[in-house]
Amino acid sequence: MIGTGISVNSITARRRHPLARLAVVALALGLLGGGYALFAPSNSADAAIASGKADDVAEGKSLFVAHCSSCHGMNAEGTPMGPPLVGVGAAAVDFQVSSGRMPAANPGPQMQRKPLGEWVTPEAINQLSAYIMSLGGGPQRPSAEMVDPAKGDAAKGGELFRANCIQCHNFVGAGGALTYGKYAPNLNESTPEQIYEAMVTGPQAMPVFNDSTITPEDKRNMIAYIVQMRELKDPGGFGLGRIGPVTEGLVVWIAGLSFMSLTAIWITAKKRKK
Amino acid sequence: MTTTLNNATLNNATLNGAALKETPKPIAGTASYLDDRLGAGSFLKRNLRKVFPDHWSFLLGEIALYSFIILLLTGTFLTFWFKPGMGHVVYDGPYQQLRGVTMSEAYASTLKISFEVRGGLLMRQMHHWAALLFVAGMMVHMLRVFFTGAYRKPRELNWIIGVLLLTLALAEGLTGYSLPDDLLSGAGLRITEGVAISLPLIGTYLTFFLFGGEYPGEDVIARFYSLHILLIPGILLALISAHMILMWVQKHTQMPGTGRSNTNVVGAPFYPAFMLKAGAYFLFTFTAIAGLGTFAQINPIWLFGPYTPSDISAGSQPDFYMGFLEGALRIMPAWEINFLGYTLPLSVLIPALVPMGIVMTGLALYPFLEQWVTGDRREHHIADRPRNNPHRTSIGISAVTFYGILWLLGANDEISAFFHIDLYHTTIFGRFAIILGPALAYAITYRICMGLQRKDADVMSHGVESGVIKRMPNGQYIEVHVPPAEDIADHLRGKALIPIVPGEADSEGIPPKGARSILGKARAMMSKKYGTEHIPLEEDGHGHGHAALGPGEGDHKEVH
Ligand code: HEC
Ligand code: HEC
Repeated sequence: MIGTGISVNSITARRRHPLARLAVVALALGLLGGGYALFAPSNSADAAIASGKADDVAEGKSLFVAHCSSCHGMNAEGTPMGPPLVGVGAAAVDFQVSSGRMPAANPGPQMQRKPLGEWVTPEAINQLSAYIMSLGGGPQRPSAEMVDPAKGDAAKGGELFRANCIQCHNFVGAGGALTYGKYAPNLNESTPEQIYEAMVTGPQAMPVFNDSTITPEDKRNMIAYIVQMRELKDPGGFGLGRIGPVTEGLVVWIAGLSFMSLTAIWITAKKRKK
Repeated sequence: MTTTLNNATLNNATLNGAALKETPKPIAGTASYLDDRLGAGSFLKRNLRKVFPDHWSFLLGEIALYSFIILLLTGTFLTFWFKPGMGHVVYDGPYQQLRGVTMSEAYASTLKISFEVRGGLLMRQMHHWAALLFVAGMMVHMLRVFFTGAYRKPRELNWIIGVLLLTLALAEGLTGYSLPDDLLSGAGLRITEGVAISLPLIGTYLTFFLFGGEYPGEDVIARFYSLHILLIPGILLALISAHMILMWVQKHTQMPGTGRSNTNVVGAPFYPAFMLKAGAYFLFTFTAIAGLGTFAQINPIWLFGPYTPSDISAGSQPDFYMGFLEGALRIMPAWEINFLGYTLPLSVLIPALVPMGIVMTGLALYPFLEQWVTGDRREHHIADRPRNNPHRTSIGISAVTFYGILWLLGANDEISAFFHIDLYHTTIFGRFAIILGPALAYAITYRICMGLQRKDADVMSHGVESGVIKRMPNGQYIEVHVPPAEDIADHLRGKALIPIVPGEADSEGIPPKGARSILGKARAMMSKKYGTEHIPLEEDGHGHGHAALGPGEGDHKEVH
């Protein structure tokens, strides 16, 4: 979310304005009194039409209220618990919800991938996406063709991957540490679609790689590289986590030297029967 | 089987087959022909009977020796295909994920060795594992020599050779690691450049000289190649030979024990017993390296990609033996001095030079410092048990801790990612630990040594528990203690006093000659600290071996 820091800060600043409290009280009263049914028609109808079926938007809204509004606010306007979602787009919703990050649970330094809740079906994600799209647009989800690893050029993707991603995710996407307890996760579980969406939405500490930085075609090449690399069998034996010399050093000290010490003890301890 | 060198009797083990009572003429003829001209017979007679003590820790150095042999063999194989060039080529080999990518000839030829040359990947992996085992073997060997005081006179020179070997091994490792010109080793090369260029005055010139111009240039791989396959291995080979010859001439130290003294060596003769063991141990080393090379992937350069100065991966690490330098760099605060338009980047210079300087200089000087402090110029052929020289052992463990903390912190990103610890916390931990850790290690080790000495003293004065409970006439129960088994007792008796230089003032209040200057006073003080015997061994009144309950029959466990 690099680049949005300023706007989030200014939202927080406005929230501290004395009148803000009045506004919140008024809002709460309004909610209690009228119920959210009153608010539903106030959604921008043209946006809903633009992004698909109006039913999906309504369904999405109710899912949102049930699962997300406690943090993101009744109208995705944001609360101290979670940022506003206006304009984040369907891609962000799909990435966050399909990877289990949202609805957020653990208050760690960063949201983690986790098993999906029972209500999280592809359909529910579609509906939530439609709702968020109806609020202010944003990056769309990629089509199946745009993320098909078979259609990408892995070697080209590899060069881009090395130039843009490995400083955080390691050379094969095994993950790596960032500051303040944050980390770039292992990419082994990401679906091609999630990889694409991660690039266009830039979740948390990850930068956004929009279409002018990396074209959709190059994104597909990178997806091809990431997918092929994780499917690649290690020709040299056990991969040792593919994180480089740290595990190799451990192996030589723990396995190599223990073996050598044990054999040394063995061949010197043998005593002839007298 | 044990043989003592000074009263060795020639056995005819070589010729005790019944059929070979008489040597066939052709063999005898040739043998005596050669013998007359080379004098080999008496040479062999003398040297094949050379006695080697057998304690398992005396084999650790051989790990390094045998790894070196394997390194030479596998390395030669690799040179047949490796091209040390930095010219650009476009890859069109069998590895899909790099097809069409521009890379250096060095990287492309390493890919070729890995994927196209039969057995090439195995050889590459064995070469790399052997390199790691080579350095690790040297390190444990060196620790053994240090903690048993085996570097003392007359072996100081061989110790220095050992320190040189270790330093050269690091250089050999660094140059070899850089050769494939992959993205990971490129990060190491970049740091090397950073260190070189940060040297005051000469930095820029040195860097341009090393890289043949602006980093990375087109020359460095070929230059490292010459160093890696010619110069450094040549020196290594010469020094290893010198190391072995000196060891052979000076003979091995041995652990204290029955029949062992400063003037003999007890053990197995080189031929056949020790040679068999050494041969077996070579095969074990080979097994370890071949096993690792077959089953554990090392330095998978195809995963890293070719080197481009602008790219860098998370988790870029050097091989383990360089880890302590990496760690020093990572915990160093960002200090620099700007003066008259010149910058002195302490944040690079200190971590690059200070830890290496402390460790290597400390190692090289230790025998001489110890000699100076103790005033001990005698020859030593009996090894110290580490507990019996508690200050040396504590200094050693303290240095190991210093090295170990830096080494650990060299992997702080992996630790942070794997255990979900804030990266900055590991850095801050490192900054404290590097100062407190060695001090703490010193204190703890000293305590442990004293405790162990106390236990030894206890065994000598009160004997060991026999497990026999006796009822006294007055109804009291006691456990009978028996004197320790003879070999154990002899082992314990091997404790030698550490000499102390005189420092006390005489009756007229005048300190002895050497202890008048400030340095002399400091020396006398240190000497007293270093050498004072706190827990002398006292054997109980009735000697050993004639207690009512003698030591149990049968084999005793050897403790040495
Ligand atoms: C416990 C509080 C909480 C709940 C519940 C929650 N979120 Fe979030 N959400 C957050 C926080 C905090 C962030 C900001 C951190 C981040 O980007 O991961 C966030 C970020 C997001 C983002 C990324 C915004 C961006 O700029 O890319 C999306 C999309 C999102 N949430 C959607 C949802 C949806 C959909 C739900 C309901 C299924 C939901 N959230 C439930 C706390 C919550
Ligand atoms: C500045 C460091 C950084 C860079 C550069 C970066 N990422 Fe990320 N990436 C992250 C972080 C941090 C997360 C975790 C975000 C979260 O959990 O919300 C992440 C998450 C991801 C995920 C989701 C992983 C999952 O659990 O499914 C994918 C996929 C991904 N990144 C791909 C990429 C690709 C492709 C690139 C290069 C174009 C890239 N990243 C560059 C830091 C980075």
